Amino acid sequence: MAISLTVNGKKRQVEGDPAKPLLWVLREDFDLVGTKFGCGAGLCGACTVHVDGQAVRSCQTLLGDVKGAAITTIEGAAATDVGKRIAASWIAQDVPQCGYCQAGQIMSATALLSQTPKPTDEDIDAAMMGNLCRCSTYVRIRAAIKAAAA
Amino acid sequence: MSAANLSRRGFITASLIAGGGLLFDLAVPMALAADGSPVILNAFIRILPDNRVIIGAKNAEIGQGAKTMLPMLIAEELDVDWAQVSIEQTHADAKIFGGQSAGGSRTTPREWLPTRQAGAAARAMLVAAAAAQWGVAAGTLTTASGKVTDPKTGKSVPYAALAVAAAKLSPPDPATLTLKDPASFRIIGQSIGGVDTPAIVAGKPLFGIDFKLPNMLYAVLETCPAFGGTFKSANLDAVRALPGIAHVLTIKGDGTPESGFDGVAILAKSWWTANLARETLKVAWDDSAVTNFSTQGYAAQAATRAQGKADADITRTGDIDAAFASAGKVVTADYSYPFLAHATLEPQNCTALFKDGAIEIWAPTQNPESGRALVAKALNLPPEKIRINFTRIGGGFGRRLMNDYMVQAALVAAQVPGVPVKLLFTRADDMRRDFYRPAGWHGFRAALDKSGALTAFHDHFITFGKDGKPVRSAELSPGELPAGLLDNVLLEQSFLATNMPTGWLRAPGSNALAFVYQAFLDEVAAAAGKDLPTLMLELLSKTAQVSQGANRPPFVTARAKGVIEKALAMGGWANRKALPKGQGKGFAFYYSHAGYFAEVLEVAVADGVPKVKTVWVAGDVGSHIINPINALHQVQGSVIEGLGQALAGQVITQVAGAIEQANFDTHPLQRIPDTPTIHVDFVKTDYSPTGLGEPALPPVIPALVNAIHAATGKRIRSLPVTTEMLA
Repeated sequence: MAISLTVNGKKRQVEGDPAKPLLWVLREDFDLVGTKFGCGAGLCGACTVHVDGQAVRSCQTLLGDVKGAAITTIEGAAATDVGKRIAASWIAQDVPQCGYCQAGQIMSATALLSQTPKPTDEDIDAAMMGNLCRCSTYVRIRAAIKAAAA
Repeated sequence: MSAANLSRRGFITASLIAGGGLLFDLAVPMALAADGSPVILNAFIRILPDNRVIIGAKNAEIGQGAKTMLPMLIAEELDVDWAQVSIEQTHADAKIFGGQSAGGSRTTPREWLPTRQAGAAARAMLVAAAAAQWGVAAGTLTTASGKVTDPKTGKSVPYAALAVAAAKLSPPDPATLTLKDPASFRIIGQSIGGVDTPAIVAGKPLFGIDFKLPNMLYAVLETCPAFGGTFKSANLDAVRALPGIAHVLTIKGDGTPESGFDGVAILAKSWWTANLARETLKVAWDDSAVTNFSTQGYAAQAATRAQGKADADITRTGDIDAAFASAGKVVTADYSYPFLAHATLEPQNCTALFKDGAIEIWAPTQNPESGRALVAKALNLPPEKIRINFTRIGGGFGRRLMNDYMVQAALVAAQVPGVPVKLLFTRADDMRRDFYRPAGWHGFRAALDKSGALTAFHDHFITFGKDGKPVRSAELSPGELPAGLLDNVLLEQSFLATNMPTGWLRAPGSNALAFVYQAFLDEVAAAAGKDLPTLMLELLSKTAQVSQGANRPPFVTARAKGVIEKALAMGGWANRKALPKGQGKGFAFYYSHAGYFAEVLEVAVADGVPKVKTVWVAGDVGSHIINPINALHQVQGSVIEGLGQALAGQVITQVAGAIEQANFDTHPLQRIPDTPTIHVDFVKTDYSPTGLGEPALPPVIPALVNAIHAATGKRIRSLPVTTEMLA
């Protein structure tokens, strides 16, 4: 069954099982591999993307549920002003270590700043606690969000 | 190129590349390998016609910063600006590149001299070319920013313009090269962000999981839940009949976890499709020999063994019995800790293409040569028929020092010649097929004389082993402190049998031993009426050095004292008693991976829940911090990871030979709200620089439990810390 959706501003169509998680549609059908597979259970946040502006776990979001939706992935995250500021801040703070979780971190941080332009420490913790970083780059994630908000 | 037949003057070749640039193919002799053959470092430096410089990064990048740090060493001595430099990852080949493993915090000490020599050799050839052109002595010329300058005439020429001439010169003997005076370093000591950071932030395909080839199939692998079970039968045809499934096949392990056990592989164009087919797959395993292993069983056996005689002496000095018989006070305590998984965020994966009797592999591996040897054996291939390419690695922590997933991908690929295969674990596969940090139990005794001085120390360490030897990462060093710092010491081990594969988890051994030794010594200090840093400084004042074995640098007590005094000052140790009730500061010192680290930690405990507020870290890793921003990141990450091992609830348990935990709900990692303030400072000493991936981790755990004791009066003697322990 053909399903239409918008990915990073482009209209896309995919023939596929509506039960296939958006994560694997992005990685396998659209070759957008910036979105990462970490746990497959919504526990680590590595697969975070935006669906109609909301940060969601793409491993728990089925293709059939995003019919007609606007998806933003890490590859398109810097298209907005907030996304540009987050990306620049991430580079300035040299946030990544291994880097594997960072796409998800950036997508969560971008959603946070889009909705809460001046987040408090508590706002940051609440918005980011679903995103694991095995290297523990949390000190810099906080700093980079604050710098991008300033 | 064979390492053995390189002549002394043949270590450097320079050749022109298309477009008029210069390729330096540098091979600098390093320390002799164990078999006496020279170990060669080969560093590719390419100087392009527009004077840009491309430097090959030869080590695996797991987030430890080697891909940035090693090229910094070359660029420094080549005397170019960092802005001119681009980095390319090399492939894996020990014959060309020398050591390429990422483990043991070994990269910095191994590469500090030869990698700088590689840069200096190229610079010397460019200077010689300019000197010949201008008819002056090479020694009168200077370099900076990728240019050679004659200070007398003010003439200056970019390296690129010297390429043709330099390529014709004989390369220098590395032993004759003069390296820069550290006072003139312009790159070493500067904070330089990760070379891949912009690509990571843009979501570019960098990792093993991202690598794709045309017509590639994805593979999932089912193995026996109990380690070591063998394949009996399966409904392979039923799975083959499912839509989208390309192949279903079996692979045979060799009975060792290192090569991977028996498995059933399902291949499809889509990983999701292949993985879904596992719901249909039904495999009968023969696991009768391995289902008797369980966490409960180990604990019961350990309790029994603790009452008896140990299996092996590790260190026995002085007269331990006499010292305890004459003690004024004897302190005893039992400590323990669980198995842990590595849980790298990028699940284990590997891409392989078998074609025409050779195999090419794209692997996130920390230890490629070990993988090559295992693949050669499994496929019965000569090692030169195996090419291994590095991908960026989504977390190592020691998991990818093992190459089971590489062997498995190779075994699958060999059955579908010409078709590239990417094996990818699910999170549950990853957590249940790890090489675990082994659990351990320690029965401690310490003797104090009437003046409160520590006179004897005894540890009966019950761990896992076979035939009287510890399993991987269950070793106890004969030089484990306080051995060497007092006269009467008995360190001994007993071994339980297990089917669980064990392996090196960041700061292996040390991540557990620091906890039990420094927490027990905190109890000993308290019994003697002093604090732990006072006890440590007393012990450290007795000798200048403690041997750590033939191939390791000795432990230098002055360096330990230096970081202890620094951490105490940073952490306001003298004023710790001023904290309100329910808050406390703890201290610990630990030496591992040639790094000296002392840490002070402040915790607040409310309703049985510890909240770490601040950690102060003082470290000594020698004369230079090569990349300060990365050094800070390594220490921050080590501290938070250590706290996670103690506080997040991490534990791996086994029932009937198989692992119970499958994901981050049952083996949790620290999350952002648990992040304390971390202050880091380094004590620079006149020793060659050593690594930072590991040594900051071990002391944070005992500093935490010692702080919890200061806050609550309760001793934490097993991990993880639970609310019940603090109730």
